[in-house]
Amino acid sequence: MATIVRPYGDTLDDGKVQLSFSLPVAEGPKAREAARLIVESWGFRDCEVVHSAPMSEDFTFFVAYAKAQGGIDFELVVADDAREGESMSMDEVDAFIRERIGRKVVVVGACTGFDAHTVGIDAIMNMKGYNHHYGLERYAMIEAHNLGAQVTNERLVEYSAKVKADAILVSQVVTQKDVHIANMTQLVELLEARGERSRYVLVAGGPRLSNKLAIELGYDVGFGRGSYANEVATWVVNRIVDKAKAR
Amino acid sequence: MKDKLGLPRDRIDGARDLADKITRPILGFVEKHTTVTVERATLRLAGCDGADREGVPVPNLVVDQLEASGRLEEGALLWYANALIREGRDPGELDARIAAGLKIGDLPLGDREAIRRKGEALARAGLDRVAANRATREALLDRWKGRNNDPLLYLIVATGNIHEDVKQARAAAMRGADVIAVIRTTAQSLLDYVPYGATTEGFGGTYATQENFRIMRAALDEVSEKEGRYIRLTNYASGLCMPEIAAMGALERLDMMLNDSMYGILFRDINPYRTFVDQNFSRMINAAAGIIINTGEDNYLTTSDAVEKAYTVLASQFLNERLALAAGLKPWQIGLGHAFEMDPTLKNGFLLEFAQAQMAREIFPEHPLKYMPPTKFMSGDIFKGLAMDTLFNFVSKATGQGIHLLGMLTEAIHTPFMMDRHIAVDNAKYVMDNIASFADEIEFNKEGLIVKRAHEVLERTLAFLEEVEAKGLFDSIAEGLFADVKRPRDGGKGFGGIVEKSGEYWNPVEESLKATLGLRVGDGRRNGAEGGR
Ligand code: B12
Repeated sequence: MATIVRPYGDTLDDGKVQLSFSLPVAEGPKAREAARLIVESWGFRDCEVVHSAPMSEDFTFFVAYAKAQGGIDFELVVADDAREGESMSMDEVDAFIRERIGRKVVVVGACTGFDAHTVGIDAIMNMKGYNHHYGLERYAMIEAHNLGAQVTNERLVEYSAKVKADAILVSQVVTQKDVHIANMTQLVELLEARGERSRYVLVAGGPRLSNKLAIELGYDVGFGRGSYANEVATWVVNRIVDKAKAR
Repeated sequence: MKDKLGLPRDRIDGARDLADKITRPILGFVEKHTTVTVERATLRLAGCDGADREGVPVPNLVVDQLEASGRLEEGALLWYANALIREGRDPGELDARIAAGLKIGDLPLGDREAIRRKGEALARAGLDRVAANRATREALLDRWKGRNNDPLLYLIVATGNIHEDVKQARAAAMRGADVIAVIRTTAQSLLDYVPYGATTEGFGGTYATQENFRIMRAALDEVSEKEGRYIRLTNYASGLCMPEIAAMGALERLDMMLNDSMYGILFRDINPYRTFVDQNFSRMINAAAGIIINTGEDNYLTTSDAVEKAYTVLASQFLNERLALAAGLKPWQIGLGHAFEMDPTLKNGFLLEFAQAQMAREIFPEHPLKYMPPTKFMSGDIFKGLAMDTLFNFVSKATGQGIHLLGMLTEAIHTPFMMDRHIAVDNAKYVMDNIASFADEIEFNKEGLIVKRAHEVLERTLAFLEEVEAKGLFDSIAEGLFADVKRPRDGGKGFGGIVEKSGEYWNPVEESLKATLGLRVGDGRRNGAEGGR
């Protein structure tokens, strides 16, 4: 049975949505009407522009409420998150590696390109971890190498080959003008050119990254905001075992 | 502002003494060395500019050639002035010839006296322009006295395209901003040259170039005129070209510069020696130009916890102050940094913030403290974010901060949209107007949390400074005492660009700066030693 869901204000299916945006026009009655029409042109009904203010001579800020028309069948929605299902704890991951892999798993992590944000990759890699979740360095059965930030893809690839990494962890925080896409793509191309792509479990992470985008760009998985080391470790060790089976 | 925390005077003086002792060996090293970018900044102030066909700036062409032939230790201006005399041209023409391949280090040196006179005239012309810019600013500030907000409202633009930045800056200024900062593009700090000309491509920010400075200053002058309020312009004298950017800012009448004495070392892995030499020269330029520097203590709290590591902020403020005074900056020019970065889930976190801000105000009474908004704990919940920014606005006004960087509700998402800034200004004006006289109305419970916390942080800072003094600043940095990052003294970027001055070293720009600032040659340390109260 289809279960159609719509936005909820104070009555089921009222479709109420709040919006705020700006237009490159001077504030005034004409601007407000333009704002209302533009919202309705997006498929909303009963738009009310509840606030408008000039931001400069020729830009105006608006707040509007309107009723969304569309709904979707919730049953048909497939979540796109690497963290679906239960993750193992640190100890469970270590036990899993001992039993199923029988040697230490080597992981290399870096924040690549010009990106200088280290806090995200550190949250996953460093001993201390993040929000009471220890990082991979703390795992008895993981050999973790954190190369830090502003690491070139070339260096990451060479280093990973040198330490015979099982998994490469890439962090991308700056996404303005899609720099992360170019940079992440370059890494995949580099690995492919060297015939090394299949050697590694390739993991991407960062606050504006989705699993879907990572997979599209040729990674095995992508982790978004609020990820923890044990979730990443769970995913990686399972994949290593699956890869071995497939061989 | 009235003393409300009862902080012990002798302990504050003690911290200043320690900062003096800690920085003394640094200044000794600074005195004996120059760097490639100090030389390029010198050339720029003397009128050298332009770039070759590949975009390599002429100051780099000159310095690279002199460095390769081991002649930089005598000072680049010697060779530049010599070439001008030999070739009988003005700087513009000479620069074009250098760009076309002329190697001025290969020209035989002529009459030293003539070179000296030429070099001094070039230095004077450059510094006269800097002084004229300063006078213009002062006249405009005077003309529109009392029209700026208090604290100054500081907004960032960062589109990557200078022409787009202009639109955003105009809108921000018209909404009420007093200071516009053009954020630099990702990784410019690691370029060992300053790009030339107007630029339209940057990531997370816009290239700092002299032409971009000029374009933005002209746009802001126009808005200032319209609004009847002087709008200050800010950029970053940081990274591998710190002194050159200071020089360009001084030449184009920028009003503020982010300019920290250790940020490059800790957060950009730039060599410590290089950074200390560069910061000193850049700060002399800023001092002469009447520019207000903003130091980068807020950065400590993006990687460390604000409760636990509050003392690193105060310790760094003392060190930044000392090094700034030693470079001739006056307390009114030293915008010491700090930030509202407590974990929002913390009970009484607001009181701890209040204590830190009030403490900074009382320890540095004449300094225009630069207060940074919450960033690290901002999330996709923009409504919660706006509430956090509101508390930040409150603390800032209630403790009399000088420069208030507006928090953005979308901090965790993107570089600001125009409407994000609009909301931020509205919020700040609402809060600050509503509590305009709040600071005069309140005092603190002597036994209370705020007073106790401030005393605690001061004591912890003294213990920390003692540790740094015992170890020495270089070893302290190498062992990770600051910001938990370890930077060995001979590691990091730009180490190769340090040059020991020979006995013949000659730099009329430096001499002239020191003369203007009342700094004695060979003794940057003592001057301004009485400052900071
Ligand atoms: C701290 C900070 C900085 C610090 C970084 C210090 C450091 N050593 O890291 C400093 C001050 C240096 C900085 C600089 C800049 N920053 Co900044 N910064 C931030 C800030 C405030 C917090 C980031 C953070 O630490 N988050 C905490 C961590 C734990 O979260 P996280 O990174 O999301 O990581 C988690 C997940 O994403 C995931 N994850 C992350 N990486 C990985 C990797 C793997 C493999 C996996 C599995 C998971 C994973 O797990 C982590 C834990 O859950 C954000 C704003 C914000 N509140 O988010 C801006 C922000 C990220 N910065 C931004 C920008 C633009 C910059 C600059 C370019 C500004 C400039 N022009 O100078 C420069 C960048 C310079 C450069 N070369 O990169 C923008 C990015 C906009 C965008 N979407 O492109 C933001 C959003 C601020 C803004 N609104 O403008 N920044």
